[in-house]
Amino acid sequence: MSELSFPKRPYRTRGGVHAPHNKNTAHKESVIMPVPPIVALPMTQHIGAPCKPMVKVGDTVDVGQQIAGSEAFVSAPIHASVSGKVKKIDKITMPDGSRVDAIFIESDGEQRLSPDLKPPQVETLSELIKAVRDSGLVGLGGAGFPTAVKLNIPSDKTVDTLIINVAECEPYITSDHREILENSWDVISGIITVKEFLNIHRVIIGIENNKPDAIKALREIADSSIDPEDEIRVLPIKATYPQGAEKILIKACTGREVPMGGLPSDAGCLVMNVGSIAFISRYLKTGVPLVSRRLTVDGGCIADPVNVIVPIGTPIKDVIDFVGGYKEQPYKLIMGGPMMGISLPNDDLYVMKQNNAILALSAKEAMMTEPSACIRCGKCLDACPMRLQPLELSNAADRGDVDALKHFNAMNCMECGCCSFTCPAKRHLVQNIRIGKALLNKAKRDAIAASKGGKN
Amino acid sequence: MDAKLHVSSSPHFRGSNSTRRIMLDVIIALCPAAIASCVIFGWRSLMLIAICVASCVLLEYVARKIMKRDTTVGDLSAIVTGLLLALNLPVDVNPLIAVFGCVIAIIVVKQMFGGIGMNFVNPALAARIVLLVSFPSAMMHWVPALGAPEDAIIDATTAATPLAAAPGTYSYVDLLIGRCGGSIGEVCAVALIAGGVYLVIRRVISPIIPCVYLATSALMSLVVGLDPLYQLLSGGMLLGAIFMATDYTTSPVTRWGKVIYAVGCGFFTIMLRAFSNMPEGVSFSILLMNILVPLIERITVPRTLGYIKKKKGDSK
Ligand code: SF4
Ligand code: SF4
Repeated sequence: MSELSFPKRPYRTRGGVHAPHNKNTAHKESVIMPVPPIVALPMTQHIGAPCKPMVKVGDTVDVGQQIAGSEAFVSAPIHASVSGKVKKIDKITMPDGSRVDAIFIESDGEQRLSPDLKPPQVETLSELIKAVRDSGLVGLGGAGFPTAVKLNIPSDKTVDTLIINVAECEPYITSDHREILENSWDVISGIITVKEFLNIHRVIIGIENNKPDAIKALREIADSSIDPEDEIRVLPIKATYPQGAEKILIKACTGREVPMGGLPSDAGCLVMNVGSIAFISRYLKTGVPLVSRRLTVDGGCIADPVNVIVPIGTPIKDVIDFVGGYKEQPYKLIMGGPMMGISLPNDDLYVMKQNNAILALSAKEAMMTEPSACIRCGKCLDACPMRLQPLELSNAADRGDVDALKHFNAMNCMECGCCSFTCPAKRHLVQNIRIGKALLNKAKRDAIAASKGGKN
Repeated sequence: MDAKLHVSSSPHFRGSNSTRRIMLDVIIALCPAAIASCVIFGWRSLMLIAICVASCVLLEYVARKIMKRDTTVGDLSAIVTGLLLALNLPVDVNPLIAVFGCVIAIIVVKQMFGGIGMNFVNPALAARIVLLVSFPSAMMHWVPALGAPEDAIIDATTAATPLAAAPGTYSYVDLLIGRCGGSIGEVCAVALIAGGVYLVIRRVISPIIPCVYLATSALMSLVVGLDPLYQLLSGGMLLGAIFMATDYTTSPVTRWGKVIYAVGCGFFTIMLRAFSNMPEGVSFSILLMNILVPLIERITVPRTLGYIKKKKGDSK
């Protein structure tokens, strides 16, 4: 393979939309939230197998003590984020509507650290992977994929590039931006750890060019003696949505395309969120697992938008009260960003590991007009970063036409929302495509079931 | 917090684009041509436009009411259709014929197929062709334009169109500013080009279709031995390439589809002009390509990101 070079400017990516940035909180220091009276920790805060509780009602727990885990390969353990007593283990409704067990811990306010916590001994890659698994880390950018699984690169694949995702392309959200400004050294030392253990010699920090201060901060460190071989470089990318989507970021940073249905490692890349990488470096130093995170609280209905560092499991109500409460009755409450986040039925939910923002949007911001007939303007095609044909996919889903859905590669849709955003007829394209994808999944399951049935 | 929250699927933000805004832009883009027509042909031109626009809007409203569907007059698309139809008519056409054209466009072509976005041919174009076939003499009677060259004027009420006139009758300047016979909206090239530039700047249309259409026409003109510039500036070429062929509903949505479609339009336009006994080929070629759009779209599905051809390519 030829010598890897660093791109001078990002590679061309197609589509995308200019969503309003609304980065109101970018220049405000994050604030640390006091310990809430109660936290709830659901058993799935990651993609993969749910955890099983390891504590009983009435047990006393310390901060950082593991309270739930799973044997499954794709999973992440859960740790107590406050010290106190396990009050109950009960089902709660998750943002997606599913019912999941959650451990409720009543805080005693002492925030006693578990005596078992100590910095892990890490000499080899497998020790690093184990340490990351024990830390409970999942992708903090929103998807919540267990980081340990990501680091465990299958032996038949070579990864030559580490991409650090600081695109943060969703409107409002600034938690990664603040992470860099407040913890830039953690970011770089985390990068160095991962790159050495995985033997990667090209690290590209992909950052949208609307964060000049963060670019400057990172460049100062990356150009210093800490990186003598000059293997870590900052690449400013254009600030359009969705530059932070994994496949798009890989294209922008390396010019490579992740094959359809494949993983970043199929394109020789490992993509990590900046918050996750900074956490790894802190964990190796202190041994304190993932018990708190930074999230952006913003939106037209929030009195005083700011980034808050909160214990995981804090009730969303408490977080909002802490930043000054609602200015007016919100029209929509969103977990995540306005383009891909989930809208919540009430504020009776809890902050989870992968939750990077809570937005309370006013009717003015989030009001929808009724969809009208498609005028076949083709704007959704131009906006689709995956170069799909959203209108065809949406129509095929409406008709329940599985063959057409396959023909138009429905599964390659990443639900970024650009098509719906741009559609002048305000059609609910993503919503329909999601239904289409579910249809395809069902057809696949049916086919498998049928072939099994045939053999018996 | 007690009041209800809205729950819906993402995205929770929408762009400011709307069908109405797009149609408004098309109307704005047609204004220079409409104004030019009034200057060139006088107040009767304004009357004709008013009649067509009013009938289209009224017909659309009534049709939706009768079919018990919600009104779509607000999206302004009926105004666009009316305007386009008017610009495609000779100025002294009987108003009743114009109204009949509106019925064809709005009722038969647009609403009977389900309204905006569902028709498979351009309503204004289809109406023009029906009128052309039904009332050939009325539809091909051209009065002299303001300042038209002497040679082009046959008698006090009749003039030759650039495509029918003897070579040398009209200069390029005549064609550019509309000193020539023809439908009220097609004569002034400058006004049409200004409208096209506006549409491209406002990103209402992509420049692919007009540019490829005109380029193909110029090339074909050379091939068959016609003066390319003269061909581009005369007859309904610019009105067709900029405003008719780019109609969303009846042109392909895919990039390469647009190219193929526009090449087809340009090719057939010049072939018809050169070899058929019809004076004009724009309407028929666009109509023909309209019908082929589903086929063109089927063969131009864009390559989605990460799609690898069946044969194993290397992953670089
Ligand atoms: S953007 Fe909307 S109106 Fe335009 S083609 Fe796509 S679905 Fe149709
Ligand atoms: S949601 Fe899917 S179809 Fe729509 S723009 Fe994004 S990737 Fe394309």
